[in-house]
Amino acid sequence: MLKTFKKGGVHPAENKLSAHAPIVTAELPKVAIIPMGQHIGAPASPLVQKGDEVKVGQLIAQSSGFVSANIHASVSGKVLKIDNAMDASGFSRQAVHITVDGDEWIDIIDRSPEIVKEIKATPEEIIKKVQEAGIVGLGGATFPSHIKLSVPPGKKAEVLLINGVECEPYLTADHRLMLEKGEEVLIGTKLLMMALGVTKAYVGIENNKPDAIGHLRDIAAAYDGIDIVPLKVKYPQGGEKQLIKAVINREVPSGALPIDVGAVVHNVGTAFAVYEAVQKNKPLFERVVTVTGKSVKNPSNFLVRIGTPTSQLIEAAGGVPEDTGKIVSGGPMMGKALKSLDVPIAKGSSGVLLFQDAEAGRRPVEPCIRCGKCVSVCPMGLEPYLLMTYSDKKMWEEAEHERTMDCIECGSCMYTCPADRPLLDYIRLGKSTVGNIIRTRKQ
Amino acid sequence: MSITVIYTILSLSALGVAAAIILYFVAQKFKVIEDPRIDEVEGMLPGANCGGCGFPGCRGFAEAMVKADDISNLNCPVSDATGMTAIATYLGHTANITEPQVAVVRCNGTCEFRPKVNHYDGAGSCAISAALYSGDTGCSYGCLGEGDCVAVCKFDAMYMDPVTGLPVIIEENCVACGACVKACPKDIIELRNVGKKSRRIFVSCVNKDKGGVAKKSCEVACIGCSKCFNVCPFEAITMANNLAYIDYNKCKLCRKCVEVCPTNAIHEINFPPRKPANVADITGGAKAEEKNA
Amino acid sequence: MDRLLHVAPSPHIAGEYSVKKIMFGVILALLPAFATSIYYFGMGALIVTLTAIISCVAFEYLIQKFILKTTPKISDGSAILTGLLLAFNVPSNLPIGIIIIGALVSIGIGKLSFGGLGQNPFNPALVGRVFLLISFPVQMTSWPVPKGFATGYADAITGATPLALVKEGVGNGEKISEMIGIPQHMELFYGHMGGSMGEVSAIALLLGFAFMLYRKIITWHIPVFLIGTIFAFTGILNLTNPEKFADPLFHILTGGVMLGAIFMATDMVTSPMNPKGMAVFAIGIGIITVLIRIFGAYPEGISFAILIMNAFVPIINRYIKPKRFGEEVKNGK
Repeated sequence: MLKTFKKGGVHPAENKLSAHAPIVTAELPKVAIIPMGQHIGAPASPLVQKGDEVKVGQLIAQSSGFVSANIHASVSGKVLKIDNAMDASGFSRQAVHITVDGDEWIDIIDRSPEIVKEIKATPEEIIKKVQEAGIVGLGGATFPSHIKLSVPPGKKAEVLLINGVECEPYLTADHRLMLEKGEEVLIGTKLLMMALGVTKAYVGIENNKPDAIGHLRDIAAAYDGIDIVPLKVKYPQGGEKQLIKAVINREVPSGALPIDVGAVVHNVGTAFAVYEAVQKNKPLFERVVTVTGKSVKNPSNFLVRIGTPTSQLIEAAGGVPEDTGKIVSGGPMMGKALKSLDVPIAKGSSGVLLFQDAEAGRRPVEPCIRCGKCVSVCPMGLEPYLLMTYSDKKMWEEAEHERTMDCIECGSCMYTCPADRPLLDYIRLGKSTVGNIIRTRKQ
Repeated sequence: MSITVIYTILSLSALGVAAAIILYFVAQKFKVIEDPRIDEVEGMLPGANCGGCGFPGCRGFAEAMVKADDISNLNCPVSDATGMTAIATYLGHTANITEPQVAVVRCNGTCEFRPKVNHYDGAGSCAISAALYSGDTGCSYGCLGEGDCVAVCKFDAMYMDPVTGLPVIIEENCVACGACVKACPKDIIELRNVGKKSRRIFVSCVNKDKGGVAKKSCEVACIGCSKCFNVCPFEAITMANNLAYIDYNKCKLCRKCVEVCPTNAIHEINFPPRKPANVADITGGAKAEEKNA
Repeated sequence: MDRLLHVAPSPHIAGEYSVKKIMFGVILALLPAFATSIYYFGMGALIVTLTAIISCVAFEYLIQKFILKTTPKISDGSAILTGLLLAFNVPSNLPIGIIIIGALVSIGIGKLSFGGLGQNPFNPALVGRVFLLISFPVQMTSWPVPKGFATGYADAITGATPLALVKEGVGNGEKISEMIGIPQHMELFYGHMGGSMGEVSAIALLLGFAFMLYRKIITWHIPVFLIGTIFAFTGILNLTNPEKFADPLFHILTGGVMLGAIFMATDMVTSPMNPKGMAVFAIGIGIITVLIRIFGAYPEGISFAILIMNAFVPIINRYIKPKRFGEEVKNGK
């Protein structure tokens, strides 16, 4: 019996169209638009000005708070302007626009293809380098990674979990990364283990990627304390709490963090970025992005510089199909629908998904038939139908009492709802309002 | 047979008497002494329970009125001046008479002036749409058109115009309770003084983008050109963040600003129609401005 | 590209379920029972079923269009299902006029007066059935004797149900083992007994249950807990005095237990939302059913039991919550 989390979950059609497309380096954009808010927390503050010459890897924006991250130039050239630009969030926010000229990297980056296996850095140095390199959770949550590595006093990390689940349908970026950069991912894992001071790491991979499981198992034989754990295919296994439950059978209590049960979770993409930052001195300025969709000519996986416009990637995958009705940044369950194609790729963009017209629109909303399917699929054991009603009727106290803040916004309830009710839309509204109420109360 | 009837009547009567006695004592024990004036004041209030006063319903407001020593900051927006004066006199206070107000929608971004650039497909609520993204048009400040304001209006004073996609306020019904103002996530709706003969002038735009950006997304946006600011003889207009704002307390309804606005973003309400020559002047002027720009 | 892109919050894909698919799935699951009822009761079953379905759909349409003035939504199949279930809960020789009254009560009072699909606290088909049972007790309890295809409609020979036989017999002080006319268990299992037209054949209903489980329309909780409770309760009674209380197998195979447990109590709208609540709900129905059967005035009580427990569903939903993630904190394991 394969491991998985117990409560709820759904199994959408996997549609991993680009699973066999090797990672291709995408062309450089003409103008890179690098948003300042690519992570959770305070946006970075720009260090460059209009007209400045920048090199690839150069720090162009400084972390501006405890929860924030550095941002580096992903291209070389001249700063065109610092102006608002539409990003994947759907809002216009501050971004540095760089006109690309050549591809000149800063000197300290080791661009040789050799894999550096020997680890020289101390735990403190690793955390420092992760912070300097501006690494954030590359699974999509974009939480600054160095904060997760600095275990708060009084708590102890016991085990590191590497998230290679990629439970979102369509996406294959992590899958390809594990296949093509398996060694680097495991060195990155080793670095993360050292930084946390743990001796045990598990790489959780869903069973629909047997090649990645086999490949990593072969390599992991040479690494002490790293186990590859095949998992049953079930969404949302890539959720932090669900992954912890699936792999080590511990439940993170309501309102607590994984570290409270001794676990730290990082994505495989993050592990790879940590390897590059520590062993190769390369800050985070490029990432693997899946471009896919049922009508896309060549579903592909690209290694993309941050700031490349989405439209350019779609061109590289064969252009926007005639029947496109919706374009999503990220996976189909948790991604954000894009308002325009000029939106640049950011650190958290794991995929670009083009939906056909027929599947783009939502179906008409019907009355709730109280079937309880939302309750049975909720991985957090919540009652989505009730939370939606409370949110709709503005009954915030009741919503808080029913633990609306525990919702991980995985969308399983709405996916499964036979009446196509906008459950998650309203729950999100409830979460943000209740969150505000809680914050005001604390003050 | 007759004995059964008598027994039944007797036992039931006894039961009734016992219950009455119990009820009497319970009522005595749990009696709540309430200021009778609260009922009186509540009777004088409109009874709409709209919450526009900030209290939970009319009774909550009546209680607050009766308890308060100073009622100057208590005001029922639905009651008119005579109503509030009557309550104040009853309670032995002087009424704090506020200028009657009415809600105005400060967005004129109809489908014609502000074309849609995508199709919003989420739940029909402005709050949800506003949390998701900057809206289905190029303008990230304007009306989202999902009608949260209409949904909260308890006086049938608003409806969504199906042609323009914007909310419309029915002035006769609007009591300025402010529910729509609170409901609008984009802060488009404002309460303004009704004004002399119900005439009002206001900037029907809240777009803070630079002129070019604003104009590109919406033809009737305020582009922050300051023409109205310069022409206003009463210093009623202020400019902030590329946006003009008319102070309704200072505005003397001279309509000079309306004439100079190059994008027709300044609206006049309930004025008699202008002479035809004037109208030509304005539109001609606006067109000339466009060419210059 | 000149088309406007859709923008909506996630998730961007939807599963295969729809209200229509669920409704027609249940209707499909009812077909084996329908077939057996035609086999046992002939033309009558067909006439009753068609009348009930047509009048339910018609009332739904007419009331929505002319009284509620909303857009009629009959295509979701819920009115067809209500009609089918109503038909299954009445004798196969019920006069057409009475069926139409039952349909009006089911749809008009049981469903639309509460706000339509999803809003009704009580199972509409049962509301109609119980209304008819109380208003037309003679017609509603003259059960045609199963005769295969030969059974006519209005001229069908009627007899009592096994439950009524036992109840009457026990009331007269007879011993169960000495009663005549009680069918064998296998006969009960196949459905060769008098009763409402859809409830007789346990095997056909179980087939429908299997289908609904396979299609994930319902979960196993309500039927299993309900039948289990009746089995256990009557089993205990049977052990105390087998001559006064019939054996548990007899109880679960007769009357409306199978139909009620599998199709009536599992009605999504009127049953609790989570497995724990479903268990409480089903056990409640089981106990009330047995109490009515053994100690009440009616020989069969599952309709009343379901309606009574329907009334408790909001309370069950309020106080019996699913187990939240993270409630069981496992530290240091």
